[in-house]
Amino acid sequence: MLVGHQPKDFLLAVSGLTVSFDGFKAVNDLSFYVEENEIRVIIGPNGAGKTTVLDLICGKTKATSGSIQFRGQELTKMKENEIVQTGVGRKFQTPSVFEDLTVFENLEISFPRGRTVFGSLTFQRDQPVKERVGEVAEMIFLKDRLDTYGSELSHGQKQWLEIGMLLIQDPDLLMLDEPVAGMSVSERAKTAELLNRIIKNRSVLVIEHDMKFVEDIAHKVTVLHQGQILSEGTMEKVKNDPKVIEVYLGH
Amino acid sequence: MINARFFNRSELIGFLALAVLLFVILPLSLDIFRLNLVAKYLTYAFVGIGLVICWGYGGILSLGQGVFFGLGGYCMAMYLKLEASSVENTKIQSTPGIPDFMDWNQLTALPFFWKPFHSFPLTLVAILLVPGIFALIIGAAMFKRRVGGVYFAIITQAIAAILTILIIGQQGYTGGVNGITDLRTLHGWDIRTDHAKFILYFVEVVLLFACIIAAQFIRLTKLGRILVAMREQEDRVRFSGYSVANFKIFAFCAAAIFAAIGGAMFTLEVGFMSPSFVGIVPSIEMVIYTAVGGRMSIFGAVWGSLLVNFAKTSLSESFPQLWLFGLGALFIAVVLAFPNGLSGIWADYVQPRVDRLFGSRKSGWNDNSVADGAPAE
Repeated sequence: MLVGHQPKDFLLAVSGLTVSFDGFKAVNDLSFYVEENEIRVIIGPNGAGKTTVLDLICGKTKATSGSIQFRGQELTKMKENEIVQTGVGRKFQTPSVFEDLTVFENLEISFPRGRTVFGSLTFQRDQPVKERVGEVAEMIFLKDRLDTYGSELSHGQKQWLEIGMLLIQDPDLLMLDEPVAGMSVSERAKTAELLNRIIKNRSVLVIEHDMKFVEDIAHKVTVLHQGQILSEGTMEKVKNDPKVIEVYLGH
Repeated sequence: MINARFFNRSELIGFLALAVLLFVILPLSLDIFRLNLVAKYLTYAFVGIGLVICWGYGGILSLGQGVFFGLGGYCMAMYLKLEASSVENTKIQSTPGIPDFMDWNQLTALPFFWKPFHSFPLTLVAILLVPGIFALIIGAAMFKRRVGGVYFAIITQAIAAILTILIIGQQGYTGGVNGITDLRTLHGWDIRTDHAKFILYFVEVVLLFACIIAAQFIRLTKLGRILVAMREQEDRVRFSGYSVANFKIFAFCAAAIFAAIGGAMFTLEVGFMSPSFVGIVPSIEMVIYTAVGGRMSIFGAVWGSLLVNFAKTSLSESFPQLWLFGLGALFIAVVLAFPNGLSGIWADYVQPRVDRLFGSRKSGWNDNSVADGAPAE
């Protein structure tokens, strides 16, 4: 049985993960492993359980059984904010930024300091915070919009802002749910450029339907179907897998 | 402390205008009876300031602030009652030295939870801690289980109802439906004289400004911004590494403590405390004062409490039956037409004109845009 196998080599080890909603198994006995600095893309038809997998990892949904190990720590027993503090960041499918706060304030809230009640009462907007916010704002093309309220941003800008909020957290594992969905062609190109820059030095788990985009960034692709892994490997291998062609890529 | 960074320009004007009104104009122009009425109205402003933090900023609608107002008020009343029930004053009772209502209810000894209220310092601590800890327990029980929104509002209503029933039912311990009456002295100082009422008015106004500054401080810290963030995207706050429940508990406890200070002042100003200030109706009225003044504005909460109560006193004198309908209509009108209340009307219609009049180029009122588009809960 897996002689010489060292699960600690993996940044994220998901094994035997199952979640059932009233008997319907959205994710069924799923196992996969993500290495340090790996870009993993999860693809699959609608309802395959892709978003549910991310929900399980970040603690939004509780697993029925199975385990999720991140750097040897069991995530299934932790609260959402504790999981964030171990170094897992999550971007949602629909952009969720704080519309009544400015771009600066949005980014500042994600700055990993003063996360307790007392800490946030005594939090000071000092030089390191300002510098880091400025740095990230430049990366996400919003440097001249720091005083703009979230509600006044376009859809694409909101997506970038949320990516920026994750960047400022500096997570070891970044999870992105359809980061280019709903974007214009030019926004899409800029986002791809942005993602290519921020995925360095960390592991990334992406859900995406845009095959060209997937091909561009993925080290490895996992194809989900009905809550289970249909195929896994390089894009080349997955693309030529007859099972994948039948259920997903064929049409 | 009060500088341009702590208050922006229009807030500073609001602060100074309120200070001049409360410290100079009203004491000089009103007789002591009317001034005492203003003092009574202002006790609700404390509750309003708490609701601005908890409801306006945090999005947590509590329809049970009367509970905390009442707990603060009862703590103060218990101290005053014990002082008024000295053995000398109560020697005609079958058990001298205990409050009169206990004697009427055949109690022969002071219940244990009354004993700390012999001490004035302990009473002051209790005024803040009893409601604070009660809010902590309710908050922890609700927010850790992710009970929120309408469900939370209904539960706070239920708690207000339960506490009223409890106070009325336990007549021997609480004074029942009459409340705790016949309060005379505070630490030997007669609070019933005109001079005392005058002094108490100023004590209250000073406390009110201390609470305004405390609330403004909370609003300006990162915690204030997290409350706003939480109101609209709770999950995003959670997945930015914050424990949303703890922040909600803090906002709820802060609101409870502000309300308790108001309640304690109410007892001193009015001279008694009764369950009619604890239950569902007063709790909802307190929310209405805040909504009318503007739930995103600390000063708005003070103005709302003053104006609605002034209207209540003058209208209910002339049309006693119509007043409650009027209050209900006012609430509906404010929520539908002016979700940011009087302060929103001021910011949208009056402020721009004032600015134009004085030829100032920048509006200076950008903080209030936080309120724009916030859904009325």
